[in-house]
Amino acid sequence: MIWINQIVQGVLLGGYYALIACGLSFLFSVMRIVNLAHGSLTVLAAYALFWLADRFGVSPYLGLLAVLPAMAVLGWLLQKTILERSTRSGQLVPVLSTFGLAIVIDNLLFQAFGADTRSLAPFVGSLSYDSWDLSDDVSLGRLALITFLTAIAMLGGLQLFLVRTPLGRAIRATAEDPDTVGLVGINAGRVNAIAMSIAMATVGVAGFFMAIRATFAPYAGAAQLLFAFESTVIGGVGSLWGTLIGGIVLGVAQSLGAQLHPQGFLIAGHLTFLAVLLARLTLTARGGRLSAWIGGAR
Amino acid sequence: MALLEISALTACHGLLEAVRKVSFSLEKGETLALVGANGAGKTTLLRTLAGAHRAAEGRIEFAGSDVTNLPSHERAAAGIALVPEGRRLFARMTVEENLLLARATGRTGPWTIEAVFEAFPNLRERRRSRAGSLSGGEQQATAIGRALMANPELLLLDEVSLGLSPLVVDRVYRQLKSLMVRGATIILVEQDLNRALSVADRVICMLEGRVALEGRATELTRPQVTDAYFGLAASGRTEA
Repeated sequence: MIWINQIVQGVLLGGYYALIACGLSFLFSVMRIVNLAHGSLTVLAAYALFWLADRFGVSPYLGLLAVLPAMAVLGWLLQKTILERSTRSGQLVPVLSTFGLAIVIDNLLFQAFGADTRSLAPFVGSLSYDSWDLSDDVSLGRLALITFLTAIAMLGGLQLFLVRTPLGRAIRATAEDPDTVGLVGINAGRVNAIAMSIAMATVGVAGFFMAIRATFAPYAGAAQLLFAFESTVIGGVGSLWGTLIGGIVLGVAQSLGAQLHPQGFLIAGHLTFLAVLLARLTLTARGGRLSAWIGGAR
Repeated sequence: MALLEISALTACHGLLEAVRKVSFSLEKGETLALVGANGAGKTTLLRTLAGAHRAAEGRIEFAGSDVTNLPSHERAAAGIALVPEGRRLFARMTVEENLLLARATGRTGPWTIEAVFEAFPNLRERRRSRAGSLSGGEQQATAIGRALMANPELLLLDEVSLGLSPLVVDRVYRQLKSLMVRGATIILVEQDLNRALSVADRVICMLEGRVALEGRATELTRPQVTDAYFGLAASGRTEA
């Protein structure tokens, strides 16, 4: 029974990882940008919510109403000031520029908020520890379940948006061939800026859940980035549903690992990540499926 | 007034002047064929007209306004549609999605999804297939359909017959003919001289980026065009 519980908790944890990875995966599938500032931006959103709650007594739920649009605007600005220029200079330049951005954000947060570890949990009542007991061994955390459902809704919503709406189609077309979309009347620069805004809004949601379920500090971004990255890569880079699966695989591996050995949590996760990566590379070497994997964006 | 008026247009690839001081004008409803050897600058000229390539010098006037510095998406919205060389479909998207994309121009007119399927019946059953999985003829039809979905006033066709079997080329040209009958304004690049001379009202032969010969299709003879094509008859050159 304890194993069933570990799997259930792992799946729920995977939902959280998928939520954290959503913006990273979306950005890569749409703009081929590996955003190394992803974790730091998540922490930035968390600090924004914390600041509103701590300073002005705004509940984090209401805070989202302000923070999500602010993140979207930030996304637009980042696209216009940094990313558009760096993507023009080749695929590696955005990696460098977002890495630099991450350092800037981390240190600005440190400057502004100090080294104290923060959490939004005190501002949401008992949500962070409420649970339903399904049996003696299995209980579902309310927050974990809400996080999981939000991940499904967000990834599913984005997927539907990409497939069903004119703007979604324009985003996919721009991802595939930015030079040709102009010929059918699509403003590639504008579409990319919108895509970046959407990605940053999802980062805002991720920051919200991260801040409620755990604690964060100015330099917490790298750890967030790591799990987001692992989920994205396990699920197949650039595929939104794959990211959900990747998150779940990572979460289940970690919680089973933790059950096996007290220090097994991280090791099992990293080993799973490496195993998937190696399997992919082997497949690639054998079947030339690199494009199918890297270009597997939907 | 001419629908399209280009004057002393120059376009470069790096230091190479691919299009050199080209001038001509096009009336509404006219069909112009661009012929010339590989590397004569035909594709670059079309891409420059569509805004996919920057003009280095000169002026492009479309429907009375200067579009020389407009980005491609604004030119598409103004009514210029290019069927690019190599089709450039969005291979991972379906045929229908490829067609729907062109609605981004915001132009309305006779061309809807249904009208395109009417014109290219072979696409109807493939509407949910990914464009990358189509045959060459189907891809070409989709590319033309996508351009038509923008309800353009000026249609630019770059080597629509490239890589297609003669049978399919015939079919594509039959459909183009029906467009021309309906009064579409078209510039097409065509390698096949006979075909170019038979469908077009006017022919421009390019040589090393310049207009080597220009005339009405009915008045030009095949030897005249071939001479200009290979640069044998400098005397055939006329200024537009």
